[in-house]
Amino acid sequence: MSPGGRFGGSLTGIGLAIGTGVTMIVALYMMFLYAPQDSMQGPVQRVFYLHLPMAWIAYLAFFIVFVASIAYLVKRNRRWDQIARSSAEVGLVFTTLVIITGSLWGRPIWGTFWEWDARLTTTLILWFIYLGYFMIRAYISDQERAMRYAAVVGIIGFIDVPIIHMSVRWWRTLHPEPIVTQSGGPAMPDSMIYTLSVSMLAFTLFFFYLVYQKMLIEQAKDELADYSLAMADAEADARTNQAIQQHADEKSTKGVTA
Amino acid sequence: MRNVDKILAIVWKDLLTEVRSRELVIGMLVFSMLTIVTFNFAFDLTGVERAPSGAGALWVAFIFASLLGLGRAVALERDKGSFDGLLLVPVDRGMIYLGKLLGNVIFITAVQLVTIPVFGALFDLPVYQPMLFVVLFLGTLGIAGLGTLFSIMAASTRAREVMLPVLLFPVALPVVISTVRATTLVLTDRTESLMQWVNLLAAFDAIFLTIAFLVFDRVVED
Repeated sequence: MSPGGRFGGSLTGIGLAIGTGVTMIVALYMMFLYAPQDSMQGPVQRVFYLHLPMAWIAYLAFFIVFVASIAYLVKRNRRWDQIARSSAEVGLVFTTLVIITGSLWGRPIWGTFWEWDARLTTTLILWFIYLGYFMIRAYISDQERAMRYAAVVGIIGFIDVPIIHMSVRWWRTLHPEPIVTQSGGPAMPDSMIYTLSVSMLAFTLFFFYLVYQKMLIEQAKDELADYSLAMADAEADARTNQAIQQHADEKSTKGVTA
Repeated sequence: MRNVDKILAIVWKDLLTEVRSRELVIGMLVFSMLTIVTFNFAFDLTGVERAPSGAGALWVAFIFASLLGLGRAVALERDKGSFDGLLLVPVDRGMIYLGKLLGNVIFITAVQLVTIPVFGALFDLPVYQPMLFVVLFLGTLGIAGLGTLFSIMAASTRAREVMLPVLLFPVALPVVISTVRATTLVLTDRTESLMQWVNLLAAFDAIFLTIAFLVFDRVVED
């Protein structure tokens, strides 16, 4: 496969790119121009159309890491680890963005960038856990072991999320209660719901596009590592053979002279 | 040989090594005492509100001391190659995990049993309560349960000392929250909501120990 074909030419890649591009433009139009101004919060409320989809992507990403990590430990197929590490990287980026967009909203609405509320604390800890996920990968030289240990962190980290959330929740919580899924229908005008739905779709497509591209890169990296390992082996073999040959030659010349 | 005997044999090995070398517990103990003394200067631990800060200081001391001990214990085993020997023993890897866990719990508990009376005397807090020891045990079990797993993982990385806290702190947060809360409630004698925290702590321990037990086999397979 040519490098161009790997990174641009596949139907999935093109489809995801076009889908993401189109829905993202529509979503941006809707969140800034179509959706009505919030009467209480003003324009700041519009960050919600970015914040909520990003949070959803972060959780989706870590769920994929969790499933792929279990699959890796069971099947030992490198493909599962490639999925896990691609998804984890995108998840970590989106978790960072969730924290930043949330703080930007919190400053004018709550009057503070940060509040030790259950949801915020859980997200922050989640961020640290997946930072550890990448650190342990980086600090282990043996690739197979790095994959195994990362998988363990990916599994424990994800199971930990609801537990952390529950334990922090015993403090008073400031984060707005879910208003989309509450009983009796969402407490938002339809136009806001439409905007949110399109934004969710755009970000989900964007997520899969990023993970797909990242996976191609990771596959290429692994193949490259295989090649350089194979080449180093071949070189070492060649050197050994040469040495043996030389030794044999010396012996035979000695034999002739004697 | 029953499973219990296998676990106890591993614990016995670790205790014997410790009794002969005295490399772990003394270091951890001095460290935890010094942490508490340092906290005295960082926070006002003499006022009426000293119980919450005291409980926090106590657990920070215990967690840091545990990190020190857990890291050191694995480093000793790795340096002398005895961990590889242990893995060659034809027992279920889960038993090795439980043996190492129990050993770590004993070491940390030994440190706590000496630190607690000193802590109580220095800050004039009512430490001789049965519930405090229940909380201490459950908290130690949670920290050691995850710590035993992560210390073995961290030991085979290039940055051992850094990786252990980086992995352990965020994941063990639920245990830390509930232990500190429960310890505060015991020290301030507010027992009405104490049982909720103790139950929560026991549940966290059960979850973490189960996961660690299940994945341990995959961690030590080489």
